[in-house]
Amino acid sequence: MKPKVLVLRTAGTNCDVETDVAFQLAGAKTDLVHIQNLISGNTDLSDYQILAIPGGFSYGDDIAAGILLAVEMKHKLRDALHQFVEKNKLIIGICNGFQVLVRTGLLPGIEGIKEKTELSQSATLAMNTSAKFECRWVELDTQQSQCVFTKGIKPQLYLPVAHAEGRFNAPNEVLAELASNKQVVFRYSNGKQSSSNNIDYPDNPNGSDADIAGICDKTGRIFGLMPHPERFLTRYNHPRWTREDLPEEGDGLAIFKNAVEYVKATFS
Amino acid sequence: MSNKVNKFQILNADDDELMRISQEGTLSLNLDEMHAIQKHFSELQRNPTDVELETIAQTWSEHCVHKTFKSLILYSEEGKETEEIDGLFPTYIQRATEVIDKPWCVSVFSDNAGIIEFDDKYNLVFKVETHNHPSAIEPYGGAGTGIGGVIRDSLGTGLGAKPILNTDVFCFGLPDTPYNKLPKGTLHPKRVFNGVVSGVRDYGNRMGIPTANGAILFDSRYTANPLVFCGNVGLIPRDRCDKSVEPGDLIVALGGRTGRDGIHGATFSSAELDDTSENLGSVVQIGNPIMEKKIVDALLQARDQNLFRSITDCGAGGFSSAVGEMGEGTGAEVHLERVPLKYEGLAPWEIWLSEAQERMVIAVPPDNLDRLQEICDAEMVDATVLGSFTDSHRLQVLYEGETVADLDMKFLHKGLPQHVKKATWQIPQHKEMQSRDKETEDYADDLCQLLASPNIASKESVIRQYDHEVQGGIVIKPLVGVNNDGPSDACIATPIIGSEKAVIVSNGINPKYSDVDPYISAASAIDEALRNIIAVGGTLEKTALLDNFCWGNPDKPDRLGALVRAAKACYDIATAYGTPYISGKDSLYNEYRDTTTGEQRAIPSTLLISAICVMPDIRKAVTMDVKSPENLIYVVGNTYSELGGSHYFDIHDYIGNTAPIVRTNEGKLTMETLSSAINKGLVRSCHDCSEGGLGVAAAEMAFAGGYGMSLSLTNVPTGEDISCDDFLLFSESNSRFLVEIEPKNQTTFEHHMEGVPIGCLGQVKDSQAFIVHGINQKRVINSSIETLKSAWQTPLVP
Repeated sequence: MKPKVLVLRTAGTNCDVETDVAFQLAGAKTDLVHIQNLISGNTDLSDYQILAIPGGFSYGDDIAAGILLAVEMKHKLRDALHQFVEKNKLIIGICNGFQVLVRTGLLPGIEGIKEKTELSQSATLAMNTSAKFECRWVELDTQQSQCVFTKGIKPQLYLPVAHAEGRFNAPNEVLAELASNKQVVFRYSNGKQSSSNNIDYPDNPNGSDADIAGICDKTGRIFGLMPHPERFLTRYNHPRWTREDLPEEGDGLAIFKNAVEYVKATFS
Repeated sequence: MSNKVNKFQILNADDDELMRISQEGTLSLNLDEMHAIQKHFSELQRNPTDVELETIAQTWSEHCVHKTFKSLILYSEEGKETEEIDGLFPTYIQRATEVIDKPWCVSVFSDNAGIIEFDDKYNLVFKVETHNHPSAIEPYGGAGTGIGGVIRDSLGTGLGAKPILNTDVFCFGLPDTPYNKLPKGTLHPKRVFNGVVSGVRDYGNRMGIPTANGAILFDSRYTANPLVFCGNVGLIPRDRCDKSVEPGDLIVALGGRTGRDGIHGATFSSAELDDTSENLGSVVQIGNPIMEKKIVDALLQARDQNLFRSITDCGAGGFSSAVGEMGEGTGAEVHLERVPLKYEGLAPWEIWLSEAQERMVIAVPPDNLDRLQEICDAEMVDATVLGSFTDSHRLQVLYEGETVADLDMKFLHKGLPQHVKKATWQIPQHKEMQSRDKETEDYADDLCQLLASPNIASKESVIRQYDHEVQGGIVIKPLVGVNNDGPSDACIATPIIGSEKAVIVSNGINPKYSDVDPYISAASAIDEALRNIIAVGGTLEKTALLDNFCWGNPDKPDRLGALVRAAKACYDIATAYGTPYISGKDSLYNEYRDTTTGEQRAIPSTLLISAICVMPDIRKAVTMDVKSPENLIYVVGNTYSELGGSHYFDIHDYIGNTAPIVRTNEGKLTMETLSSAINKGLVRSCHDCSEGGLGVAAAEMAFAGGYGMSLSLTNVPTGEDISCDDFLLFSESNSRFLVEIEPKNQTTFEHHMEGVPIGCLGQVKDSQAFIVHGINQKRVINSSIETLKSAWQTPLVP
């Protein structure tokens, strides 16, 4: 059975095609689906095992990044999403998709989706400390975590970020709980010390608390990150491929392959 | 007739009255044109409505019809007979493409963008536009809608191309201009700079199109007239490149609502700016990138389902020009009251002319309308049927049932009288600068000063604000090297992820040389754009060019003379290199007039050449950063004593008289031979020599790679005797490159380059030291890559 991925689109989504390609290269069957088609019922989320929310500027990021799409999902797709999560299916949000997941409360999802009647937001992705949009490649340290998407992945990854609102920000108790629950998946790194805290700009490109670049929920099945794994699928995406020995496959592809493998193992 | 429509009383008007009507209406029509219109309506025995006269003014505007480039020019040069040129565009641009006759040119000069072949499934479209006048008045909105407009050009080419790459070139006043030196009514260059960069960033990033190539130049003469060039490359299926309109097809408007924004943009850009132009707020459009993204999403689906036969964008002139152009061969009937408005109260002519953004017009066979509507609903895009194409050969516009315009298509499109213009050219004389070898033995400071000069200094702070990674296909990025911060010569994209087939985009622009000779400036711009293509692994054989002229007022013979010089160079150099033009644009009247002092200033004559090259295999690409110690550094191509208009002369406040000419015989051989050496894998890194010459190119290669260099000027091949170190270091002669060769490939490389002047200058060193020895073996630069890099990284905005 080929795992089925729904790549969600709406007005302003713009990383949908490369996210779609990434899942295809990883061995999945994919559909690019506009949220209107989910809301109208033309497309049924339950036909899929993976939901991907790609990067972009959903609805122009008016008010704040990701907020309008998050509200739409919470209010118009609430039951479908709830069932999707209940059935142990996978959700990945990249960049704007991560912002959406945080604003729906699905991430970090510390309270647990079942206990609460209303999904609530306990962290945010705020304006970068540099106060502007920035596009650059960053080193990431993979953390010991529950995350299904990063199982057995390299200890260090190199991926591009491109955002204005990517500073992960949460109260200390939330940060402590994230650490103790092993929900932190990636931290920005300066390539020198591992699992350090509070490294400097531009290694931490946006001023994120505890250098957090990506987190998962308690189950490890919902994953959000600011860097773009779908932009590093082949060695020619790497900014220094003309001067370094690199494998043909880019660092980002493993994340999509892990998701596909999980679905094959769990749902076949 | 509805009280919302007025008639212009021109039938009995005398010349003064005709010109008053033109000026008061911002119509930018001259007396000849007003006479032609008067004659046409005399035959009809009626006065034109405002809708009609405005339609004619838009259609005949410099912006829409490029009448200067089509006019008859009487050109005189000192000591030569007057030459009659029947149109600069047909004579020098279009003819060059015809003579070169490349089979891979699919569509040139006819559609909204040029089209060339890419692979067996897709073609590429490429267009560069300017948005200068709006950016002078409202930099953020002007620049954003500039990029929005050129994206719609790609989308409006053939049956619609998917935008895959943006390129942007800006020319601003000097960032350190004192506030009390600002021309009256103009914005400070820092504010223009900030606004333009933010505008392009916010529009391009939201559209999800990588901005991966560009340039920023500074000159005090751009203060009142900044230049904003926006370019877009699109990918289009090979069987979607032709368009047609059939009578009966519905005229469908897609996208944004229509308001009073951007009225008279086309005619406004055909006039000079003055110190009151800032009051013309309504001529600048307002951008909404998410609306445009939705239109792209909807239209590409409709294209793939073959739901429409023709498409164009609403740019300058709004519906009047979009519908007028599409229906030129058939006829069209439009009902203006159907146009969705942002707010009530627009007169019919305002609806018809508004340049409100994010609107496209398509020709839809009636049977396809329902299917189109479904797609638009799903993507949340408004689609409105405005009327239909007819077989009347007339442009008929109705408002609430009443005819408000009824124009003969032939008169509208062919009635414009050809202008006759005078052009003169006189060789300027500037003070000549002597070599400073007698004054100094150390050029490290000069090198640092050059690296820190705003034209050469790092643009990283701007580049990083653009998303140059989105779509996952940018494989040679604008910043390269060991720390991802060296200046790449060109960018390379692979539009289909996983395919090796790639497209290279570069640019060339040298306005400083115009002060010596616009011919040399134009020739050098072409050579530079091509060098940048070659430097990353491209070939002349598969390269096409775009020309974008930004000039002063062409009604002044000296400005027009400069334009003639540049156009002649465009023909000569392109035909010699075999690189055709596929599209182009001009923006004239870039002048500023102070209405109180009468002071008048024009921009330097500025030609931007953009180059696009199809590359079969991305794995052959090289970058400009040095790769490893002990490798050899060669210069390829002859150096001449050519420092007129150079940056070296500029930092010493000279212009000089010997700007770098292009020797196409040498240049072509150099580029072709080097290109095949790169494709054979003999070259580890390659950088073209441009602003700041050999010295700057070597320094950039060294600090981008993180290694030192030890070089000597004794082996620099020269085309004439040059006995001074500074001229060798900083001459800006064309068609030259620096390359890095592994010692094991030295013999093969030298053998391969036979016939091309090359010289081994020295080695890459595993140290920080950057050392250059002069022709007398004395050390003329003793610096470090850290020092040089930190000079180069001097912030652009102080």
